[in-house]
Amino acid sequence: MTESLSLNVERRDGIAVIYTDGYINNQGGEEIAKVAYELIDEGYRSLLLNLAGTKIVNSIGISILIEIIEKIIEIEGKLAFCNLTPTINKTFHIMGLAQYTSIFDDEQDAVEHLGE
Amino acid sequence: MAASNSRSAQAVLKQVELQLQLASEMEIEASEKACAIADLMHMSADKVDEVRMAVIEACINAIEHSRAEDGKLYVQISMLGHDEPETLEITVHDRGVGFDPKKLVQPNIEDKLKSASKRGWGFRIIEGLMDEVEVESGADGTSVTMRKQVGRS
Repeated sequence: MTESLSLNVERRDGIAVIYTDGYINNQGGEEIAKVAYELIDEGYRSLLLNLAGTKIVNSIGISILIEIIEKIIEIEGKLAFCNLTPTINKTFHIMGLAQYTSIFDDEQDAVEHLGE
Repeated sequence: MAASNSRSAQAVLKQVELQLQLASEMEIEASEKACAIADLMHMSADKVDEVRMAVIEACINAIEHSRAEDGKLYVQISMLGHDEPETLEITVHDRGVGFDPKKLVQPNIEDKLKSASKRGWGFRIIEGLMDEVEVESGADGTSVTMRKQVGRS
């Protein structure tokens, strides 16, 4: 069986980076959303999800990420993703997430984008 | 769903059948077995990963929506080809209440962002990741058959 998702957060100058490790399913998506909404409540408007530690996602988990995108649009913030596996990247494009968020190969490029 | 069928004229070189509980995380067990067969066929790592995601989605659909009284998920994984493995075929079947595939609504992100329900992406993802997808559903349940060819880019 898979291990549940674990998260780490780094707070930088105006940007919060959420590092995921594990399967983003229903439960994992809810955990990410909880942390993301807490960061928004703290005043962060630029969030980066670094998925380097995530090799498997499912559509229910991604649906919860869409809720976070909706919230970010509402507050006129920015959300970016980095370090996606090729399949997760392809899935995000199939679903059209790439139209409403930014996807980067690595964290440095993503942080530079969010800092602009 | 795809109309062409690469299965025709190909022999079954190897076949594995699984019977799993309709329960959370069984999708991982099914996908791991499918990936093991894909590896045996020398499928590229990226394709194997796409197979994993597609199988997860097909199983989750059954787990979430089938309402099968027997509480079971049936997965058949077949290595097809002539002399060499050419096509990986996976069928995920449940004996649930079924649905009308013609009534499936293709989701789009613009509508989902405005909607209270963000779900409903499973078949869209499966079709995007696999070479061929066929869905049969009725009173006897639902079967989703997916194929991926070893050599196709």
